[in-house]
Amino acid sequence: MPAIWIIAVILVIAIAGYFLARGRALASADADPRKMHSLPSYYGTNAAMAAAGPALLILLAWLIAQPLLINNSLTQYLPADIIGDAGETSLAMADVNRIAGGLDLAVAEGAMTAEAAKNLTVETTDVRAELAAVGVALGSDVDAATLALAQRYRGATALGDILKAVVVIGLSLVGAGVAYAMTNKDFRARRYVESAVKLILIAAASVAILTTVGIVLSLVFNTIEFFRLFPATDFFFGTRWEPSFSGRGGNSDLGFLPLIWGTLFISLIALIVAVPIGLFAAIYLSEYASPRVRSIAKPLIEVLAGVPTIVYGLFALLTVGPLLLSAFGANGSFHLGWMSGGTAAMTAGLVMGFMLIPFVSSLSDDIINSVPQAMRDGSLGLGATQSETVRQVILPAALPGIVGAILLAASRAIGETMIVVMGAGAAASLSMNPFDAMTTVTAKIVSQLTGDGEFNSPETLVAFALGMTLFVITLALNILALYIVRKYREQYE
Amino acid sequence: MLDDKYHADRAVGTMQDKKITARNVQVFYGDTHAIKDVNVDIADKTVTAFIGPSGCGKSTFLRCLNRMNDTIDICRVEGDILIDDEDIYDPRVDPVQLRAKVGMVFQKPNPFPKSIYDNVAYGPKIHGLAKTKADLDEIVESSLRKAALWNEAKDRLHQPGTGMSGGQQQRLCIARAIATAPEILLMDEPCSALDPIATAQVEELIDELRQSFSVVIVTHSMQQAARVSQKTAFFHLGNLVEFDDTDKIFTNPQDPRTESYISGRIG
Repeated sequence: MPAIWIIAVILVIAIAGYFLARGRALASADADPRKMHSLPSYYGTNAAMAAAGPALLILLAWLIAQPLLINNSLTQYLPADIIGDAGETSLAMADVNRIAGGLDLAVAEGAMTAEAAKNLTVETTDVRAELAAVGVALGSDVDAATLALAQRYRGATALGDILKAVVVIGLSLVGAGVAYAMTNKDFRARRYVESAVKLILIAAASVAILTTVGIVLSLVFNTIEFFRLFPATDFFFGTRWEPSFSGRGGNSDLGFLPLIWGTLFISLIALIVAVPIGLFAAIYLSEYASPRVRSIAKPLIEVLAGVPTIVYGLFALLTVGPLLLSAFGANGSFHLGWMSGGTAAMTAGLVMGFMLIPFVSSLSDDIINSVPQAMRDGSLGLGATQSETVRQVILPAALPGIVGAILLAASRAIGETMIVVMGAGAAASLSMNPFDAMTTVTAKIVSQLTGDGEFNSPETLVAFALGMTLFVITLALNILALYIVRKYREQYE
Repeated sequence: MLDDKYHADRAVGTMQDKKITARNVQVFYGDTHAIKDVNVDIADKTVTAFIGPSGCGKSTFLRCLNRMNDTIDICRVEGDILIDDEDIYDPRVDPVQLRAKVGMVFQKPNPFPKSIYDNVAYGPKIHGLAKTKADLDEIVESSLRKAALWNEAKDRLHQPGTGMSGGQQQRLCIARAIATAPEILLMDEPCSALDPIATAQVEELIDELRQSFSVVIVTHSMQQAARVSQKTAFFHLGNLVEFDDTDKIFTNPQDPRTESYISGRIG
């Protein structure tokens, strides 16, 4: 029974439970809601949640756990020489899963009867051709052992599916039954519903936190693996970034410094562009613009925030880069020769700055607006001009919040990838010249992971160490920003 | 004794020049006609109280006197308001300079999130009233003294003004307003957020400020109006119903609406 059907059955039980429990509660109070502890709908909702909640949770857990468990238990039947190697094992199990999936598909499409699929042998049938006919392409011919494992897999899955349906639907019925049995006019259904609502809200909040934990964990293990293969001091204090992929193995220089230098340099240029422009735009919008202008201009500025970063990358590559080159290049209008190619830290920084303008302006606008009107009145009432009021009263009052906004913008700049890949070039260098090509941590993560690399060499695992370091840096910036913003809020509330 | 004081006050009121003259003032908020045809003469070195039920336009009229209504887009003022015989709505008048001359204290204490010293020094700094740091120190001290706050504030001048109690904050706002050496002080319900003790302190202060300024105060408390003012104007539904000496308004009102309001029947 597919999961969708199980869910449908649970829903039916829940709806039935709702009306039955509601009816029972009403009946126990002689149909007079005033005699009941809670409103009738609370009794119904309580039963519906008892039927659906635990059952759906178990279903979710089962769906995740079953393939893992079956794969784990089947691994032991693989040939001994394969089990020794983790990579080979996962490849072999992938084959098994693919064949089992193909057979299921063949049965579902009617290309094979269920009986035929079960009794398939390599001697009588060309399994590869049969599966190719239903659209499942296999890399090689199927040998008897793999087919046997696939059959075992199918058998276990079928058994598991039946068990799953029975357990989950049974749980749903038990839940509905217990709730129904407890229902009478004095049962405090409202409390149960309230605490269930609270649980749902807590679950929603936990998802975000658990995701962060999951991301950290997925980085941590590979990072540790990397530091076993590559010395940490060479990574953190190395000044050369020269990975090699051509079998020279350990000769790669994987120095972190040129990358973080590029990241910080480009982010700094971006912030130098974005902070004044964004802040001034926010001041204009919140203090000077009439409501009509504001209602038009604010969404227009925020359109900039909706532009995908890859489009900014194109803008950097095709427009800003050549423009800068024609000004600062060797044959440029100033004959400075500072710039040798269109891709440079300045190109990426400028475009990234444009990208951050709506980010800074929208956050600052909110913060400036939250400065009480009484402050403006007080200052204007003393005969201050509007710009004096902004400079001397509003900005100091809003400053902590604006610093928070800038730090959030900074952590976005540090994490930005696409603009850098397209605008800044690929050479990792520790140059002071903003018109030189540079590269950043994020861009190098992309280039280390694209291609056919196995996750067992320092050249690919370094991506996780880079990601982890970047994560720690942006996390620190975010925490700092949140701390500042929170401290600011205390002033007026 | 009490009568003597009132007579003396009334004599002061009539002896002094007219400081503010309003003729046929109309104020509109969009389509709403908030102030209708107000004529009033406010004397110098006098406390004038505006009383009336909520929404009667007394605060609106007060904010016309230093053009604070300019900050509201939909607000429109017609008629003439003259301060020292100069039309303050004349296009040549700079509202910024006008507000330096006509200080304002608001309903809720609104000290800036700066130190006490910087709060008071704010106005003198932006108007360039002090040549040296010593000048500025002196202005700050004398303003705080006039606002009866010096003794409480002198040891904590560089602590934030927002850390003071409500009554102290309001006196700080008064000190801040008088530091720019205004000629007129407008107060929009200055005691409505204060407890009775702080209110008494501010009222005492208002009485002293009368020596140097023309004070216009909007208040919801008729006792307060009777205590601090020499002249009282009663507003109702955007009209100036009655304007006379305070004791006359409270003892012998001419208009039946005034009589109803001060005896608590309308409001």
